[in-house]
Amino acid sequence: MSMLQIETDPAGMDPTAVPVAPERGMVGRSPGRLAWERLRRNRTAMVSGWIMLFLVVLGVSAPLVELLYGIGPYEQFQDRIANNSLPLGYLGGISGDHWFGLEPKLGRDIFIRLVYGLRTSLLIATSAAVITTAIGIVLGIVAGYLGGWIDAVISWVIDFALALPFLIFALAVMPTVTARFYGPRDEIDVPFRIAVMILLFAMFGWTGTARLVRGQVISLREREFVEAARASGAGLGHILFRQLLPNLWAPILVTFSLAVPGYITGEAALSFLGIGIVEPTPDFGVMISNSLDYMDGDPMYLIIPGFVIFLLVLTFNLFGDGLRDALDPKSSR
Amino acid sequence: MTHDAADPPYLQVDDLRVRFSTADGEVRAVDGVSFGLGRGRTLGIVGESGSGKSVTSLAVMGLHDPTRTTITGAITLGGRQLVGMPDDQMQKLRGRDVAMIFQDPLSALHPFYTVGRQLVEAYRTHHPGESKAQARKRAVDMLGRVGIPQPDRRFSQYPHEFSGGMRQRVMIAMSLMNDPALLIADEPTTALDVTVQAQILDLLADLQREFHSAVILITHDLGVVSQVADEVLVMYGGRAVEHGTVAQVMRGPQHPYTWGLLASIPSLHGDPDVDLKPIKGNPPSLINVPAGCAFHPRCAYAMKPEPCAADVPQLLPVLADGHRVACHLPEDRRTSIYTEEIAHVGVAQ
Amino acid sequence: MTEPLLKVRGLTKHFAVRQGAAGGKALVRAVDGVDLDVHPGETLGLVGESGCGKTTTGRMLVRLLDPTSGSIEFEGRDITRLGRSAMRPLRQDLQIIFQDPYSSLNPRHTVGKIVAMPLEVNGIKPPGGIKTRVQELLELVGLNPEHYNRFPHEFSGGQRQRIGIARALALRPKLIVADEPVSALDVSIQAQVVNLLRDLQRELDLAFVFIAHDLAVVRHFSRRVAVMYLGKVVEVGDRADIYERPRHPYTKALLSAVPDVAAFGEPRQRIRLTGDVPTPLNPPSGCRFRTRCWKAQDICATEEPALITRDGSAQAVACHFPEPAGPEAAVLVPAQATAHVSEVTE
Repeated sequence: MSMLQIETDPAGMDPTAVPVAPERGMVGRSPGRLAWERLRRNRTAMVSGWIMLFLVVLGVSAPLVELLYGIGPYEQFQDRIANNSLPLGYLGGISGDHWFGLEPKLGRDIFIRLVYGLRTSLLIATSAAVITTAIGIVLGIVAGYLGGWIDAVISWVIDFALALPFLIFALAVMPTVTARFYGPRDEIDVPFRIAVMILLFAMFGWTGTARLVRGQVISLREREFVEAARASGAGLGHILFRQLLPNLWAPILVTFSLAVPGYITGEAALSFLGIGIVEPTPDFGVMISNSLDYMDGDPMYLIIPGFVIFLLVLTFNLFGDGLRDALDPKSSR
Repeated sequence: MTHDAADPPYLQVDDLRVRFSTADGEVRAVDGVSFGLGRGRTLGIVGESGSGKSVTSLAVMGLHDPTRTTITGAITLGGRQLVGMPDDQMQKLRGRDVAMIFQDPLSALHPFYTVGRQLVEAYRTHHPGESKAQARKRAVDMLGRVGIPQPDRRFSQYPHEFSGGMRQRVMIAMSLMNDPALLIADEPTTALDVTVQAQILDLLADLQREFHSAVILITHDLGVVSQVADEVLVMYGGRAVEHGTVAQVMRGPQHPYTWGLLASIPSLHGDPDVDLKPIKGNPPSLINVPAGCAFHPRCAYAMKPEPCAADVPQLLPVLADGHRVACHLPEDRRTSIYTEEIAHVGVAQ
Repeated sequence: MTEPLLKVRGLTKHFAVRQGAAGGKALVRAVDGVDLDVHPGETLGLVGESGCGKTTTGRMLVRLLDPTSGSIEFEGRDITRLGRSAMRPLRQDLQIIFQDPYSSLNPRHTVGKIVAMPLEVNGIKPPGGIKTRVQELLELVGLNPEHYNRFPHEFSGGQRQRIGIARALALRPKLIVADEPVSALDVSIQAQVVNLLRDLQRELDLAFVFIAHDLAVVRHFSRRVAVMYLGKVVEVGDRADIYERPRHPYTKALLSAVPDVAAFGEPRQRIRLTGDVPTPLNPPSGCRFRTRCWKAQDICATEEPALITRDGSAQAVACHFPEPAGPEAAVLVPAQATAHVSEVTE
């Protein structure tokens, strides 16, 4: 291969670099609007987006779905469970009454439990993502713009948090925290468990956003429009929130949409290990954990929740990728 | 190797058209450009951003992404047809028969390899039979030829250890490793300081005399062209609007765009308190090139609507030998406009 | 002569940088003792090659960078160490135009918001409202006032530079530092912007510090010109003196290196400097130009030449062996410079 191969940068020949002087209406198309138009042209992202939206709506309106479906998440259909504790019928008991079949042994309806599981999962994942993003933005902007010792301290904390092994930490913290508030025989409230899980994710998850925002701010703060604001006498608040923040929404939105699926799998993993959500609350991780005992006799019990969580994470990720391409067309291809 | 007037020149470009498809529409980056260039001659291609000057040279190098680009027309280099040539054959030509110098030598050199290693590799790619020692000797020799002091020591240094001007010299040395018959320099001095630019331009001229290659110099700076080129091709909106020897174009420019360029350049001579004469408006988008002559919306002498806004003018010869211009204005009218209105305010006299 | 609007004395900026794997600190002497005067309504051109400190000087003049030492007086008042709140009223008199028409406008703000920013930041409510004032400004710089709600990406480079100019004019400044305002623009657009700045200067009686590497552009815009090399002013004087009778060897070399279309076909003297500009990390002792100068003697390495006027001319030059003053100076060829100077005909 010739040296010239190395020298040529295909991006340098980008035909879109040609100056385009559009003559349109008097009101401009904002960068956000342009991004939306690019997103709409991306079919993968749009299909994922619709599936994602459907799953979110399904989860959020779980009680309504229960009402329409006519079966609750804790109802047991022991009459449809055989003596070997497997559901009667084919494919784990799939039928017109029980769309995704029944759980072995207890005979609970899988579909409605999945819908409620979706709700728990999305609640934990989005709350964790909102909290981590908020912490990340504030610390990232402060570290990036002010620099100096503040940046050094924040960066050190980020490195520290990244160095802690999340799973081991979670395994140690969950029982310790619950023991602090509840006696050994007490029933632990579901909201308390959810809160502790969100807190755990928040403690570890903000570092990614903070790093990203910090890097963006460092590259933005030397831009001449920031200098122009300073040369006009603008204060710190104006520069951080009026000049810099509007330029950060795009990367923040992308990390947010990619963080959610991460927390969904994280939550499922913790519950699978028995330190997150526990029986009888409906949850993906718990379901998959239970299903392992019946893998030979009732594989559908594993396949169905596995597929739903796969679909959820995949659509979130594909949509997040599409969002990134739309907001920053130069980063891809 | 001097070429006979009857022979086709070493590089012959005929009706070259380059199109990109983008989400916003088709970009007509080059729209029917023709020119020839013999060995030992320097052609300056002048134009503003989006004029198609860089795209033309990249087409000669065969460096366009074939999935997004359509190239038609003919590019003949020493008798071989480059348009449609398979990539593996093109790769053999690149670096050996045609070499390129870029505006930014820092991004064109690999930061992790020593300069010497990159020079040796450039040579050995096309001379697989040569030994490493021979290649090294040639590389050191070439570094010395382009004016790098202590080439022996500099051979084993990394690109970041060179200053901007020295890096551009390294790039030139690399492009000359295989004795290319055609050298394309795309804005080679734009990133450099004036005093260094002068050194590099001198160097290019000296080397050309020595190696007798054909040189295409792409630049936005008419001053640079006037200093080093033999011929000038002025491009606008993806088309060639004027082509002639440097004396013809500088002393008797025929196209209103060339007039505009010359009158808008501030100069070290003449009355500095006279306002510059800018060309009104902006260069066109290549997605939506104006109908007819691409320059007509900005042209003070356009005959509208017919023919300037309707027909694309052809690049036709004017009286002087070899001087061609693409303009609908009659030649006597162009000459009278130039002598009466342009020449005295323009800087060319 | 009137009192200068801006008076700069001994302006110095040193940056500490980490150097080498050991992390030792080194000083970059970006600007090293610069004196400048700018009078009301006048343009001072600041020319030099990369690394000469012209941009750093410009940033210090509008207090975007704090000087290491030296003083900046504006209208007789020392503003070198003023804090942000004390500086605020002066910001309105002292504005800056940037080089890069892409990075100088916030991509997420509309044109209206960008131009209104200085008014908003300073809490100024112009009579008739901010929108009217912004539209006046857009019209003043030759843009369609109806484009108020558009975003920067919808404009060409030249139009974006006009938006930056409108923003700088929003507070009705007395002095504008223009840092390479046209060097990122296409040739045909450069002339539009240079003419616009000249018109604005005449109309609004603005003073400019015009920073550029392009000597021809500076000549068209400046009444007086200062030439910088490696953090120092090596020569300063009226435009005619600098361009027709340069006395510093560097100025001479710089002028002869410009590829000028107007000089096409004329035989002329070319001075070719060898090598690149040395690094400001470790500038040469004595005269900083001596490493590339054909006239350098022993004294140049030991003693730094002061920027002084001599032979009764108003042109100050920092050189031990300046070119002679007077109209015949330009045609003189330095005798000992045969290796560097060649007569050429193009």
